[in-house]
Amino acid sequence: MIEARGVTKVFGLSDQKAAQRLADGAAGREALAADGGVLAVDDVSFTVETGELFVIMGLSGSGKSTLIRMVNRLIEPTSGTVLIDGDDVGKMSDKALRSLRNMRVNMVFQHFALFPHRSIRDNVAYGLKTRGEASRKRVEKANRALEQVGLGHRGDAFPDELSGGQQQRVGLARALATDADVLLMDEPFSALDPLIRRDMQNLLLALQGEFRKTILFVTHDLNEAMRIGDRIMVMKDGRSVQMGTGPEILADPATDYVREFVADVDRTRVITAATIMREPLVVATADESPRQALKKLEGVEASGLYVLDADQHVLGVAKDEALARAAGSGKDLKSVLVDDYESVTEDTPMVQFAHLSGNHPVPLGVLDAEGRLQGVVPRAAILAAISGDNGTEAGETSTEGGEKVTENA
Amino acid sequence: MPELPRIPVGKVIADVISWLTTHWSVFFDGISSILVAFGNAIYYVLSLPHPYVLTLIFAALALLVTRRPGLPIFTVIAFLLIDSMQLWDAMLNTLAIVVAAALIAIVIGIPLGIWAARSTSVSVTVRPVLDFMQTLPVFVYLLPAVFFFGIGIAPGIVATIVFAVPPAVRLTELGIRQVDREVVEAARAFGARPMQVLREVQLPLAMPTIMAGVNQVIMLALSMVVVAGLVGAPGLAQAVVASTQSLNVAGGFEGGIAVVILAVYLDRLTGGLGERRRRRGRKRRGRRAGQVPPEEAEVERENTRQPVAPVA
Ligand SMILES: Nc1ncnc2c1ncn2[C@@H]1O[C@H](COP(=O)(O)OP(=O)(O)OP(=O)(O)O)[C@@H](O)[C@H]1O
Ligand SMILES: [Mg+2]
Repeated sequence: MIEARGVTKVFGLSDQKAAQRLADGAAGREALAADGGVLAVDDVSFTVETGELFVIMGLSGSGKSTLIRMVNRLIEPTSGTVLIDGDDVGKMSDKALRSLRNMRVNMVFQHFALFPHRSIRDNVAYGLKTRGEASRKRVEKANRALEQVGLGHRGDAFPDELSGGQQQRVGLARALATDADVLLMDEPFSALDPLIRRDMQNLLLALQGEFRKTILFVTHDLNEAMRIGDRIMVMKDGRSVQMGTGPEILADPATDYVREFVADVDRTRVITAATIMREPLVVATADESPRQALKKLEGVEASGLYVLDADQHVLGVAKDEALARAAGSGKDLKSVLVDDYESVTEDTPMVQFAHLSGNHPVPLGVLDAEGRLQGVVPRAAILAAISGDNGTEAGETSTEGGEKVTENA
Repeated sequence: MPELPRIPVGKVIADVISWLTTHWSVFFDGISSILVAFGNAIYYVLSLPHPYVLTLIFAALALLVTRRPGLPIFTVIAFLLIDSMQLWDAMLNTLAIVVAAALIAIVIGIPLGIWAARSTSVSVTVRPVLDFMQTLPVFVYLLPAVFFFGIGIAPGIVATIVFAVPPAVRLTELGIRQVDREVVEAARAFGARPMQVLREVQLPLAMPTIMAGVNQVIMLALSMVVVAGLVGAPGLAQAVVASTQSLNVAGGFEGGIAVVILAVYLDRLTGGLGERRRRRGRKRRGRRAGQVPPEEAEVERENTRQPVAPVA
């Protein structure tokens, strides 16, 4: 767990003078700039829970790099405290601090920051080496970390022989090799091409699923923040202006600054099936008769419905014509089931299913990992979410629109 | 307009110098004899092998460093030429003074450069001193050097050190400051001690630039050593000075050519050393023609700032 309490950094002034100015509130802050000081981070507090991926977001110069470097004291805070699992980083001796950086908190850098004169394996093993681990053990752990990022075969290469994406995989492996619980990542993917960036985000999410590190992740890309962050803190001019989950920030931007940021977000990547799904209007269970099912369809003017077993597993779809025929000839419901539907999981972003709906007698189904129906996403819900001004509206209109569509279908 | 009073700058300095020579003579004599002993020791080692053998050793060194046949072949031909011009012993004398002065300049300059790279206040203090040392005309301090250290190789070595230290300091500082900030941060972020960061990251990555500094130190030392001939340092310089004074054009040229040979050899050798460092740092990456890595461009800019001492 990382806890930051009122962390502040002033560049270019003595701590004493800075403290004096900061005590004077807004006027003091103006005077501070006049004195030639730069208030890079201004009284920021946040908590990153163990196993959480917490994103710090803001435009260039908003103080993100300064803030993240105060967590492991690469930059000394002017005031405020940082606790890592309850230990006050500011009070640590040089030795304790080095051991913290070595064993418990590692870092990944924007421009990879690999050692160009060392092999990939030695790069990855660097933390282990400073820690004084035996060379056999080092190689073993470094190789394992390289496997984890998919570069197991490149240990003997040198950094300049790898592509940018591969280099950052090495950066990631270097941080994984020491088994630290806390990972600080300062715009780790900003220098990469969009496609590679996406790969790296996926890799990080996969690793995070496996290891559950406590991650502080800096980015200026809100789409990235929304995609990977459990929670997001938006910074402006050194201050924290909003904190919350991605959808919360989308739904309710705290200031115009955040609103402007949010305007650029590709909603289709942020909004997931879970955000806009709703209860299906009608479903049938396998033991019902075709006639009963047909009756249900009549009530909602739909052309088909999902047929579920007792545990909500989807068995298939029954269409109205088939039901009518079955009812006439006395067959049971199971005999008319077809696979005429599409389904996604709850966390699928909209971009991946927006094109799927519309060609089937039933709306898009949202299933959990065991194949149980959690809800449906009508086509109109998708369209409404794409056009919505903000998240809540998108959610609400989609629910209503969805019902209408199903009724008309 | 009122006339400014004459401030006796020169007299004050001269008084200080004369005070120093009388009251600190033991100290300066001590330094002088250490320098002489050091220079003589190097000369003694160089004069042990037969000229042909030493020539082969030089060629082997050249091959080891450049790994190409060009410089070794040049070395053999050029040094045999020096021997045939009967300047071998003079050349050894000059080489001994150059090596002694360059070694001392490097031993002073590189640590100072490291210190300046780590502390901005040191850097700011040291810079004007270096500028002063480099731009003050050589003959101005050659004279007091003679007062302090007497005639012979000692004043020559001292004057050479004064002249050759600045590039060692400058390029060491530049090289270390040029190391990517993030890479240094990365070392710190993984728990390296400050000395470890210096040893494992900053120095290795600054090495090409530091080697460029060493190269300059040696070249400046060589150009100075010729001037030092004027104050009685033995070697090629004396051959040149004596020839010019007696209007012996042939002798002057022969001495001059020997100096040039020595210069070319030392330059290519130390330049090749830096080049190899660079290559090791970027193993197997083919450097595209015409592409100058940023640090190299910096070094070149730095190079053009060095005033070159007049070669007699
Ligand atoms: N060492 C320093 N000395 C003086 N000012 C600094 C220093 N480091 C950063 N600053 C200033 O502090 C402010 C915040 O910088 P910081 O690097 O933390 O921003 P950032 O959010 O990381 O920006 P970017 O997205 O460009 O990396 C900027 O105004 C910057 O100029
Ligand atoms: Mg930054």
